[in-house]
Amino acid sequence: MIKPTIQPYKRPCAISEYPVGPSFKAGHLVSGNSNYRTSRPVISDAACIGCLFCYAACPDGAIFRNEKKVRVDYDFCKGCGICARECKVGAIAMVKEE
Amino acid sequence: MQQRLFLSGNEAIALGVKLSRPHVIAAYPITPQTVAVERLAEMMQSGDLDAEYLHVESEHSALSAMMGASAVGARTFTATSSQGLIYMAECLHYASGGRFPIVMMNANRALALPWSIYGDQRDSLSLLDCGWIQVYAEDAQESLDLVIQAYRIAEDKRVLTPVMINLDGFVLTHTYEPVLVPDQVEVDSFLPSYDNPYAMNLDNPKNVGFSSTPQDTMEFKYQQHAAMLDAKDIIREVDAAFGTCLGRRYGGLVSNYWTEDADCILITLGSIAGTVRTVVDELRDHGFRAGLCRIRYMRPFPEDEIAELARPGRAIGVLEKDISFGFEGTVFTNVNSALMKAGMQVPVLNFIAGLGGRSISRGDIREAFTDLEKARTGESVRNVRFVNLGVAT
Amino acid sequence: MKTDHGIRIPDLTNDEYFFGHKACGGCGGSLAVRLSLKVLGPRTFAVLPAGCMSAVGFIFPQMAFAINAMISTFPGTASMLSGIAAGAKALGLKDYAVVGFAGDGGTADIGLQALSGAIDRNDRIIYICYDNEAYMNTGIQKSGLTPLGARTTTTPAGSKGTGSRTVKKNMFEIVAAHGISYAATASVGFIPDLLRKVNKAKQTTGTSYIHVFAPCPTGWEYEPSATLQISRLAVASGLWYLAEYENDGFSLNHDPGEFIPLRDYLSAQGRFKHLGEDEINVIERNRDEKWKKIRRDWKHEERTSQWQFG
Repeated sequence: MIKPTIQPYKRPCAISEYPVGPSFKAGHLVSGNSNYRTSRPVISDAACIGCLFCYAACPDGAIFRNEKKVRVDYDFCKGCGICARECKVGAIAMVKEE
Repeated sequence: MQQRLFLSGNEAIALGVKLSRPHVIAAYPITPQTVAVERLAEMMQSGDLDAEYLHVESEHSALSAMMGASAVGARTFTATSSQGLIYMAECLHYASGGRFPIVMMNANRALALPWSIYGDQRDSLSLLDCGWIQVYAEDAQESLDLVIQAYRIAEDKRVLTPVMINLDGFVLTHTYEPVLVPDQVEVDSFLPSYDNPYAMNLDNPKNVGFSSTPQDTMEFKYQQHAAMLDAKDIIREVDAAFGTCLGRRYGGLVSNYWTEDADCILITLGSIAGTVRTVVDELRDHGFRAGLCRIRYMRPFPEDEIAELARPGRAIGVLEKDISFGFEGTVFTNVNSALMKAGMQVPVLNFIAGLGGRSISRGDIREAFTDLEKARTGESVRNVRFVNLGVAT
Repeated sequence: MKTDHGIRIPDLTNDEYFFGHKACGGCGGSLAVRLSLKVLGPRTFAVLPAGCMSAVGFIFPQMAFAINAMISTFPGTASMLSGIAAGAKALGLKDYAVVGFAGDGGTADIGLQALSGAIDRNDRIIYICYDNEAYMNTGIQKSGLTPLGARTTTTPAGSKGTGSRTVKKNMFEIVAAHGISYAATASVGFIPDLLRKVNKAKQTTGTSYIHVFAPCPTGWEYEPSATLQISRLAVASGLWYLAEYENDGFSLNHDPGEFIPLRDYLSAQGRFKHLGEDEINVIERNRDEKWKKIRRDWKHEERTSQWQFG
């Protein structure tokens, strides 16, 4: 599956280690976005009907398909709450982060 | 077998481009560049040139489009002049920082205001800091040869810097001369195909033209500067290789004429060098040791070659078609800096000439050498002088 | 019978081509980019000018695009797209898409000239405008697509002023007037409709343009979770319409019938809070005049249900 992933990254120590271009490998990440949120979406598998709308509506792609249901990638979820608001069966609740 | 044709500077450029097998050409017309893009359009129509030809709606778009094409791995060309060059100024920095090996012809023309379609060099000389390699052609033959050389220099992986080839507006772009045109086989063996490992690639995707933070930007800029300094050696290599393969050498970053034992040397750029050479010959016939240094590449600047010109008891003059208002001519500033850094102390004079197409006569050049001789022998001479100003100041 | 280019959500690829970016939570623009790229696939060259999406997507060494992507000069998105299309064609590349994602400022203002030139050349490129109705990346300044009455930092409201005094430029009709091969308006609140339109653009030989309504919680001042809801309110109140333009002319994809009160849409956003009765009446009058013409002159092919399953 194609998806940007967090890569181990060592800062360049010499000019020769800097990319020329500026052109760099696509999809190279060094950090996640979990620090954005104050609350996190929690999905109830029992209530979920697998319509996949939350997966489509997430601006960050932080909800991914898992067999017939969905899961949240908490490393990249910003806690915006669109998924919880859009779920038409109320299967997602926004829970305050500790 | 090289064909001998009677060509203008613009036509020579067009043929040089055709021989270099570009993939994409962008064209926006502006006097006095128009003939170059028109000839390219004719070659496309007749099937002589197999490239994509984009009729763009502005010069800014011309260079934006060429950056896009270059970024996917295509060899690109565009041409412009004065107002167009300045309009695309944002893109000039973008292209050099982006390390896209684009080759562009600039017809040197005066900048408005007041409006003038005639030649001078303020357009390109006001953009020396934009990160492009800048070379100034003397005649149509050199113009054609420079296109082919420019691609080889620009695309060299140690360089990856765009090249601006400057031709004096009208005086060179529209003047006809006999030119030897290499054949395609010769050029193909001299110029390898464009292969850039940093280009966007469907099998190996890249993110190009990203932003960087204070943590990294200085390093990117140093990298760019270092590549431009390294380019000096590659320029010399390519000039020598061109001589071997295609029969013509131009001397590298500068082209010197009778400078070895000269008492007074005039430094200049572009087509006026031809007239200066004639005056040097005349003066030499009368026992006066004059010399000419024609700077070909203003960027990277030939610091060492300029420093070598200075010798005790010598005077150096810079004849240029521009003025940095409120100070002096830009070439003069560059030359003085090179001399000073090398610890050379000789009288240096600045002659501002030819603005807005004002003609420069042999008499004007003789007067310049007279001033240099005065300075050399200790007489006080104004060090920045406008040549052939028709009125008293 | 016309081909339906519809794509069902379950049929979308699991690949994520725009992921790990630093946009605000709830950003409409990033949703538009993410979904469009899922339709276009991995063999895509994307161009983004200065604006939110490029600013959040490519800060060295965090590269959020998994496909080939490039930042263009602010005015040059469309010309860079033309250059890429020409270069790819000259190099004999096969089976790829060339797409640009520009904001409203980068499209209707500084990018308009290049866009016009690209449509004129009819190069095979897709130009997608994510419209958050102001220069959001630089801090919420008015653009040519800021609607009447909206507060921005350069059109202050309340005691300092009345908000924007100009109406949105009609970009959809401006590109249509060029005789573009395909143009559409879309919205992040109507996902299957957006997917269908991007897919249609993908199949278009020649230039296509999609204008996506993309709410911005930061600039419009609303709770981030309401992005899709606000988008639906805009359509239900008639301030945004879903339509297409092709050789045969304009067609409306959805007529909401009786509009919901404008206040329902306007009061949901802080940027309109200062609007009085008179100003709202002007907005309503403009809306009614426009819809009179739409209902009189455009074909109507009802395609979009309320609940987004197309």
